[in-house]
Amino acid sequence: MRSVATLTTLLTAAILVLPSATAPAGDAPWLPKPARGQGEKCVADTDWMRRNHMTMLMHQRDDTVYDGIRTKRFSLKGCIECHAVKAADGKPVTVASPTHFCRTCHDYAAVRVDCFECHASRPEATATTTGKATPVRPSTTDAAVLAQYLRSLER
Amino acid sequence: MSCGSKSGASCGSGGACGCATGRGDVIDDARRAFLRGATATAVTTLAAGVTLYSFGAEPAAARGPDEKVTSKVRWGLLIDASKCGDGCSACVTACQTENGWRDTGHPETDAQWIRKLTVNNPKNGATFSLPMMCQHCADPPCVDVCPTGASFKRADGIVLVDKHTCIGCRYCMMACPYKARSFIHEPLEDQKPHAPRGKGTVESCTMCVHRVDEGRIPACVEACNDTAGGAMLFGDLNDPLSEIAKRVAAFRTTRIRADLGCNPGVYYRNI
Repeated sequence: MRSVATLTTLLTAAILVLPSATAPAGDAPWLPKPARGQGEKCVADTDWMRRNHMTMLMHQRDDTVYDGIRTKRFSLKGCIECHAVKAADGKPVTVASPTHFCRTCHDYAAVRVDCFECHASRPEATATTTGKATPVRPSTTDAAVLAQYLRSLER
Repeated sequence: MSCGSKSGASCGSGGACGCATGRGDVIDDARRAFLRGATATAVTTLAAGVTLYSFGAEPAAARGPDEKVTSKVRWGLLIDASKCGDGCSACVTACQTENGWRDTGHPETDAQWIRKLTVNNPKNGATFSLPMMCQHCADPPCVDVCPTGASFKRADGIVLVDKHTCIGCRYCMMACPYKARSFIHEPLEDQKPHAPRGKGTVESCTMCVHRVDEGRIPACVEACNDTAGGAMLFGDLNDPLSEIAKRVAAFRTTRIRADLGCNPGVYYRNI
């Protein structure tokens, strides 16, 4: 029993000191290899994100829900959009798939994620987000909103 | 922004401008608020030679994504029942599409953020139609009764459920005089990223808070203006220059069950 505990400690230590998300397959084949996100780098260092992503998400969640702060850096929506893993059919997978970015590590560490009981675990289908919608005349006197509306008519 | 003088000697009104000696870089909040209020004219350049001017107080939509909501704003709706078509449900459909709730064939338990009501006076046969949703009360009973503090009112008057702390007791559903809240009974998947919803929590109209935070108007109002009778108007009730505040001041409006003293943010006309 003691040896199992030691092994667990060693494994936990191993995942924490893993230097990069794309570790060479040779050095620790049993460790999870989460897919790379889009873009050059994450919103913070990979090592730091591994230890602190949950704290930042929790902090941002209260800021957003109560204070309407919608900065992109630590928003769950931002994480999901950048770290979407595509299935064979080209569509991003949901958390039901073991290849989902969050699940790769969380399955290994046996830590259950509750986020996706309510939150979307993949980006919204591109057809609805980038599809050309008919511009709707805003019922406001705000110059910026009206300007945006007029610009959309020009296109 | 700097105070214009490193020594602070140019503050002619005896330091009242907020540039305290030795605090050259510290911006006085009151001074900043005064300057902000002074810029009452917003100018937006549309294209070369075309400029749009907007007069009045600074638009609330100018709040940046990193700024907190304030109680200076109170979002509200004005609904003109005479323009609300009997049988039209453009607002309901728009809300479903925007927020991802739908009928699943179980009317007793299905989520319902907004519904159309037809009101009938049996004595004279007069009927009219109106949309009913969360009335975003200033003194919301749902907030009073919530045992965990999950039901709350945002500073700008929007009443929401923090589903992270909601335990699904449904006390708020019983307290709400407008039957505005729903409980989610079944597991869901593929929710809208901007409208998280999940089994075991209570939900209701959010006044499209994700759109309002971007400076846009709620989906129901947009749909009603675009495809239906234009019965709905969204705006800041606290801003006397806003269209909604002007209309509320000019016309006789009704708030449903105003006798309960909840001070709803949704006003109706012609009911």
